[in-house]
Amino acid sequence: MSDTYVTDTLIAEDIDAYLVQHQHKDMLRFITCGSVDDGKSTLIGRLLYDSKMIFEDQLAALEDASKVSGTQGQDIDFALLVDGLAAEREQGITIDVAYRFFNTEKRKFIVADCPGHEQYTRNMVTGASSADAAVILIDARKGVLVQTRRHTYLCHLLGIRHLVLAVNKLDLVGYDQVVFDAIVADYVNFAQAIGISEFTAIPISGFKGDNITSLSPHTPWYSGPTLIEHLEQVEIDGTREAGQAFRMPVQWVNRPNLDFRGFAGLIASGTVKQGDAVRILPAGTTSTISRIVTLDGDLDEAQAGQSVTLCLADEVDCSRGNVIAAASAPPEVADQFEASLVWMSDEALIPGRGYWLKLATQSVSATVKPPKYAINVNTLEHLAVKTLELNAIGVVELTTDKPLVFEPYAQSRTLGGFILIDKLTNATVAAGLINFSLRRAQNVHWQALDVSREAHAAMKHQQPAVLWFTGFSGSGKSTIANLVEKRLHALGHHTFLLDGDNVRHGLNKDLGFTETDRIENIRRVGEVTKLMSDAGLIVLTAFISPFAAERDMVRAMVPPGEFVEVFVDTPLAEAERRDVKGLYKKARAGTLKNFTGIDSPYEVPLRPELRVDTTSESPEAAAERIVDYILGARSEAWMPTI
Amino acid sequence: MELLRFATGPADASGPLRKTMTTSLTHLQRLEAEAIHIMREVVAEAERPVMLYSVGKDSAVMLHLARKAFYPSPPPFPLLHVDTTWKFQEMYRLRDQMAKDSGMELLVYQNPEAKARGINPFDHGALHTDMWKTEGLKQALDQWQFDSAFGGARRDEEKSRAKERIFSFRTTSHGWDPKNQRPELWNVYNARKHKGESIRVFPISNWTELDVWQYIQLEDIPIVPLYFAAPRPTVERDGMLLMVDDDRFPLAPGEVPQMRSIRFRTLGCYPLTGAVESTAATLSEVIQETLLTTTSERQGRAIDKDAGGAGMELKKQQGYF
Repeated sequence: MSDTYVTDTLIAEDIDAYLVQHQHKDMLRFITCGSVDDGKSTLIGRLLYDSKMIFEDQLAALEDASKVSGTQGQDIDFALLVDGLAAEREQGITIDVAYRFFNTEKRKFIVADCPGHEQYTRNMVTGASSADAAVILIDARKGVLVQTRRHTYLCHLLGIRHLVLAVNKLDLVGYDQVVFDAIVADYVNFAQAIGISEFTAIPISGFKGDNITSLSPHTPWYSGPTLIEHLEQVEIDGTREAGQAFRMPVQWVNRPNLDFRGFAGLIASGTVKQGDAVRILPAGTTSTISRIVTLDGDLDEAQAGQSVTLCLADEVDCSRGNVIAAASAPPEVADQFEASLVWMSDEALIPGRGYWLKLATQSVSATVKPPKYAINVNTLEHLAVKTLELNAIGVVELTTDKPLVFEPYAQSRTLGGFILIDKLTNATVAAGLINFSLRRAQNVHWQALDVSREAHAAMKHQQPAVLWFTGFSGSGKSTIANLVEKRLHALGHHTFLLDGDNVRHGLNKDLGFTETDRIENIRRVGEVTKLMSDAGLIVLTAFISPFAAERDMVRAMVPPGEFVEVFVDTPLAEAERRDVKGLYKKARAGTLKNFTGIDSPYEVPLRPELRVDTTSESPEAAAERIVDYILGARSEAWMPTI
Repeated sequence: MELLRFATGPADASGPLRKTMTTSLTHLQRLEAEAIHIMREVVAEAERPVMLYSVGKDSAVMLHLARKAFYPSPPPFPLLHVDTTWKFQEMYRLRDQMAKDSGMELLVYQNPEAKARGINPFDHGALHTDMWKTEGLKQALDQWQFDSAFGGARRDEEKSRAKERIFSFRTTSHGWDPKNQRPELWNVYNARKHKGESIRVFPISNWTELDVWQYIQLEDIPIVPLYFAAPRPTVERDGMLLMVDDDRFPLAPGEVPQMRSIRFRTLGCYPLTGAVESTAATLSEVIQETLLTTTSERQGRAIDKDAGGAGMELKKQQGYF
């Protein structure tokens, strides 16, 4: 590197001067991406080597390893330096992102080396999500490939504004300008088609070091910046965000004693000063900043990118998940969105199922509608799809159970980017980017009701409840539920029984028996159940309801303690032996599809409030026990299930 | 359609947002803010967090960041030292002092089986690290039911660390599955887990050795004096310079420890930690030496050299930090 000598001299002769210079450097995060074997890891190895970030012992180990498993003959295989996992070195491929660090006189760099295989797209997206810039490599011999397009698309989708097209391995095509120009022309077409307005193309050889830190004598026809020169002056996103309106998602409320209440968070955008008027979202209450607290003393002013603790002048309600924002320019609040999703799980998206959605510090439950379309990143075609499989990119509409404070992703990565989490496995299944809200939550005020649910219940002299019977078809749900209702009715209680078959003749007659339709069936029943319990009724439902996620979804709709899950535990063999409606016979014969227990799964309740074993307890005895629980034990001995 | 611009020189030298009233933050300011954000996320979402405290310079920085993150409250979690009984005496002294100064609870765990069997670095080789550190850590986390543990590991230390997420997920048996890491988007961390599973969290993942040193200097953070050169009693073993820190060190018949001016780049068990000959007695001199050296920080550590270049990865899969 051309300035290495200067730096080394400074370190050796005046370390304190060097440290002052280093201390004031800013930091650029960038990724290297592109197709397999386009030389990403080699380029990073080169950058580290040239900036003297490889030590002698590491180099010695590398030389040994290159001879054993390298792909460069007798030369050093820099890729082995970056592929840090045993499985990667074994197979000679990059599986996961590697983070590497180097600095020049002007800047410090964090580079994330992203895998090229489509199979590992989620790891590439992990690296790209926090990058300010992307270096997209192309093998000059191969030109623009499917993965080049795919990664370009993802970089653009994730909002990386600085794209570098590094046409690599130029040494292998005789440093031919014609080859370079043809590749750039080809790339321009694709870039324009997806809305990229600007990129920088540089002809390089990562292996030989051409145009990396100094202009190469082999490419006299190129007069632009070297790769490092370019990366040294790319604008960093944090700088841009500092110029926008103030927003800080609250992470944690700091209450060491009764006299102090501070709101801790990382400022997402803008600046904040003592005395600034702020608004707390989603509530919309206003206050002013009284102090900006840090261990090093109070600050007069703080800006995007700093972690601070804010105190407010008024005793307003504010907790984790709220956003403190400039009072004059607050972000929007909504509960329905259009968003782009990158699906990252082996298990495909299930429309209608509840997922946890985490956006900044807000966590809510969200359901996704069937995708509007998926995108073929090679042809940019919109594909009609019913779901999103692993690595698919699509556009969807989603609904949250509570309003979210948000901004479109194009405006704010912090308030526009979210993840979806599977409620059962806890896996991160999707990266989401909000495009816009479908309707503003401010416009859908809940109808304020003068007669409350408590008043409804008091009139009926009872505590509302939802008795949710679940179990195989023919397990005895309806029989027992009927007995329970008769008994409660006789005791003067106000009840209503919702039965699977009855609901499907009316409210849900448009639904079939696919997984998606079954989820929607339960969701609607849940909503009706909730309204009836609001009216003060004791509601009984008898649905197979095979999925835990949907039973939990209904549980979450009603106040704690009101949902009583009754697992009618009849073994499949016994239910099939009884076969009251002759359905098992049809399912076995193949004339009835998606039948629970035969070709569709049943997820056994793990912590039901009540369990009925119909092989040892009669329906009458079970009904009696359930009534006792509802009228007695539940209200006294009810404990939250965690 | 707007014309595309490529290869035409500086792309961002001008632009409406280039000049704003604010100045851009330095890399250390950004790294500090990131680490604080990570710690607060853990405290907000975990049930029982703990900070692994090894008394080294990285632990010192991590503890300092924790005090900043939660000020004016003390950090709302205890410090855990998984002790091997073979650390340097000066480390034990600083450990107790720092716990006192920070107002945090200090938990010290020593694997009772390793203690009973007298496992030591001289007689038991790799078994020493395995039983005192790996097993000791797992036992300690299980005993106190910690579900999230902060560690001071950095991605620039070692090649498998360079691949690890900031929130690194562990199974009920504390194993790491490097081929199946959770995606980690932006700074939105998924801290959800099942009972018995845990998360190792590395708030200073993106710091380099130089960053750590410079931050210690700028923030005036107390560190173990062994990082600075001084005359100390030493012997040579397998090409490594070891310090004779107490009378448990087995000397050859007639062998007398030599006084040498040495210091340490990393600190672990004293019989396993190689020293470097040095005269660097101030932070500036230490940093200068670090920058001009031609060998990596972990070069003095025996642990990385096992199992054909995959030593650390293998240890992590077994539950090592």
